[in-house]
Amino acid sequence: MANFNLNINGKVHQVDVDPDTPMLWVLREHANLVGTKYGCGIAQCGACTIHVNGTATRSCSLPVSSVGDKEITTIEGLSENGDHPLQKAWIKHDVPQCGYCQAGQIMNAASLLQNNPNPSDSDIDGAMNGNICRCGTYLRIKAAIKTAASEM
Amino acid sequence: MTLIKTKYNRRSFLQASTAAGGGMVLGFSWLASCQPSAEQVKAMPKEWFDINAFLKIGDNGIVTIMSPNPEIGQNVKTAMPMIVAEELDVNWKDVIVEQAGLDTKGFTRQLAGGSQSIRQGWEGLRMAGATARHMLVQAASEQLGVPASELTTESGVIKHEGSGETLGYGEVANAAGGLEVPEEVMLKDPKDFKIIGSSQMNVDGEKIATGQPLFGLDTTRDGMLIAMIEHPPAFGMKLKSIDDSAAKALPGIRDVFTINTQPEGIELQWSDNNVFPELVVVVGETTWQTMKAKKALKVEWEADGSLESTDDHEARLASLLSEPADEAARKDGDPDAAFANAAQIVEKTYSAPFLAHNTMEPMNFFADVSGDKAELIGPIQTPEFLQKTVAALLDIPLDNVSIMMTRMGGGFGRRLYGHFGSEAALISKQVQAPVKLVYTREDDMTQGTYRPAYRVTYRAALDADNNLIGFHVRGAGTHGSPVFANRFPAGAVDNYLAENHTKDSKISTGAWRAPRSNFIAGAEQAFLDEVAEAAGKDPIEFRLELFDRAIANPVGENNDYEAERYAGVLRLVKEKCNWGQDTPGVYRGVSAYFCHNSYVAQVVDVVMEDDRPKVKKVWCAVDCGIVINPGSARNQVEGGIVDGIGHAMYSSMTFKDGQPEKANFDKYRLIRHSEAPEEIETFFVDNGIDPTGLGEPSLPPIVAALSNALSQATGERLYHQPFVQEEALLG
Repeated sequence: MANFNLNINGKVHQVDVDPDTPMLWVLREHANLVGTKYGCGIAQCGACTIHVNGTATRSCSLPVSSVGDKEITTIEGLSENGDHPLQKAWIKHDVPQCGYCQAGQIMNAASLLQNNPNPSDSDIDGAMNGNICRCGTYLRIKAAIKTAASEM
Repeated sequence: MTLIKTKYNRRSFLQASTAAGGGMVLGFSWLASCQPSAEQVKAMPKEWFDINAFLKIGDNGIVTIMSPNPEIGQNVKTAMPMIVAEELDVNWKDVIVEQAGLDTKGFTRQLAGGSQSIRQGWEGLRMAGATARHMLVQAASEQLGVPASELTTESGVIKHEGSGETLGYGEVANAAGGLEVPEEVMLKDPKDFKIIGSSQMNVDGEKIATGQPLFGLDTTRDGMLIAMIEHPPAFGMKLKSIDDSAAKALPGIRDVFTINTQPEGIELQWSDNNVFPELVVVVGETTWQTMKAKKALKVEWEADGSLESTDDHEARLASLLSEPADEAARKDGDPDAAFANAAQIVEKTYSAPFLAHNTMEPMNFFADVSGDKAELIGPIQTPEFLQKTVAALLDIPLDNVSIMMTRMGGGFGRRLYGHFGSEAALISKQVQAPVKLVYTREDDMTQGTYRPAYRVTYRAALDADNNLIGFHVRGAGTHGSPVFANRFPAGAVDNYLAENHTKDSKISTGAWRAPRSNFIAGAEQAFLDEVAEAAGKDPIEFRLELFDRAIANPVGENNDYEAERYAGVLRLVKEKCNWGQDTPGVYRGVSAYFCHNSYVAQVVDVVMEDDRPKVKKVWCAVDCGIVINPGSARNQVEGGIVDGIGHAMYSSMTFKDGQPEKANFDKYRLIRHSEAPEEIETFFVDNGIDPTGLGEPSLPPIVAALSNALSQATGERLYHQPFVQEEALLG
């Protein structure tokens, strides 16, 4: 066990965990931020996507010991009032079915839009292909990303 | 308006109205779980009044409507309360929706399965709203001293036309709750519906988009421990010995032990379908610590008889299809003579592999067993059956087992089988603490309860004029045949034979979104396409000819479908997609199927891009009767289409010596963003018929609409799923 001071959503969280603990479990069980989801544990489904210094990262495969003082952003910290253009677009397009993967989808899309404010369909496919939606809401996700891009 | 007797369901209403006292508790739980917006907080009532199990009204007119059924992504948590709100006559924006826990006295059929929530809930939900409205009007009538017949309601306000006096529902809710439940109530005429038929956003949409706790895996409790299980690595293996010394020595690990969810003498439910009852359990303080200890376990397993492989399954299914069944599942006319006299016979065989459900949220459950009481919280499609099993396993009274259903990160049939709930209860009892059981993805994917492997052979006999004079289907599957003997084209062919074979297996199988239909529709509708081609007929016209026959002069009596509605969706999709107007480079396939009481016809447009097929557009016509929430209904249809295309194209579970060969998404292929259709357009038949299933029916036919389009594009028919083999994909 070791102490880590983590910068999560603009606040410092001190946690005492095994150094190899993935950020996913640190967030869910030590920072009480459960919006980041467990899906596969091997960076294949994208449900656990967070931002590390603004870049989409699979938190299930990110040991807490490698984070240092980097800025961690989770779905809970993407916007102060839940009004990031992607979050608003997700609601407007009524995207979710079961909803489980959607936080990861939104976080991945937010990183995409930061790098590419006007993505084409194939840009979206390329960036989002690592995020599985088992319910098959892919068309709505794409529509919501385009709506958010047009409003940013 | 329809006058409806409440006696039909009166017992539950009466019991529900005496089950009062929950109002405040539910109000608090709403506050705790939902983090309401500032506007909602301002509008919070000081007091809630129970009207019946379905709803409570606050003193300021805010209405809480309970959604009785489990939510697995089919969006009943929005749709079911919409039906209550419609008959109650309130503004949807004044409604707070809450998930009900298991309450067998207040509700009936709290189950998510068979696309039946809306169909079977329809009358009861309408009655709940209409009864409450009736009682509120009655209370207003007494308060105002005017006859109830002179009162009207709109948007939660009762108005006396003569005097112009008005009373809000909140003002009479207390009095209404104390009134006798009426013997009969009036239901609205569907043409007066305001909420039903309007698109309303998912009631959990905002919470999902902001990452609020909603799912079973998000459950937490002070002092809660984490449990993980180890099940046999192969079907047909059982536990031999455990060396837990290394695991127990790891930090945070509380205990390692075994449990058995199927001890002798316990009455099991159908939902206890599970071939791994004996498990090794690790209990720890955190998920990561417990995961590491699970890996440190040294468990020996031993084979309990033979171990099966995919090659064996395929060979045995093929061998079964070479033999007639002992007796026909259905026989009309003289099929042998029809085939003997045929000018042309078409025969084709189709197959599909086992499939895992792969809900994005792996199996999990919370349990807190203390003394003779058990509190369970988690994702379960069949809470009523889980309650019975847990009560039996713990040997405590049924009423002492409470179950709260969380929002589920997918169901697809997997969470009908609640062994994980029973496991959590046994583990909590053993460690005497609240416990959350968490399956890893690997535990989840290799546990079984798969969609069975299927194989089917079709034969069609055409006469010299290309009329279909004989039809023969022989199907085989693991733990049951996929054939529905009384579905189309039964009823449309004079000489018809359906035969079923079943094969036992140590691999457990269960319902997977649109059971049996998910395979047989794709096979049947691909086959009919080839028969139409052999007959030199347009595939839609060929099907419509058969429906015309089934309408005018049906063969046999037990035909499961209404041919008019079937033909109706086919005609609708034909019109909408401009069938027959060919576009260069666009290849089309059509398919239609009936299941879960609903009718769906689809046309798929495929183009070739870099020598790879791409689905440009899917046209989909649906007859599911009255559509409660059209926007959300379209979402379901789209999801079923993407799901069906994805599994037919890419997915399979295979076995070697009883062991699943895929345990996570690095090996198990699911459809991804770039592989989804570019566009899906859905058209609902507007016929005012009571609603039928929608969560499943769009999946089965898409498999054939896709394969029929692909065969146009590539010149090759596809018979064996998955259509895209992994080697080709990865290579």
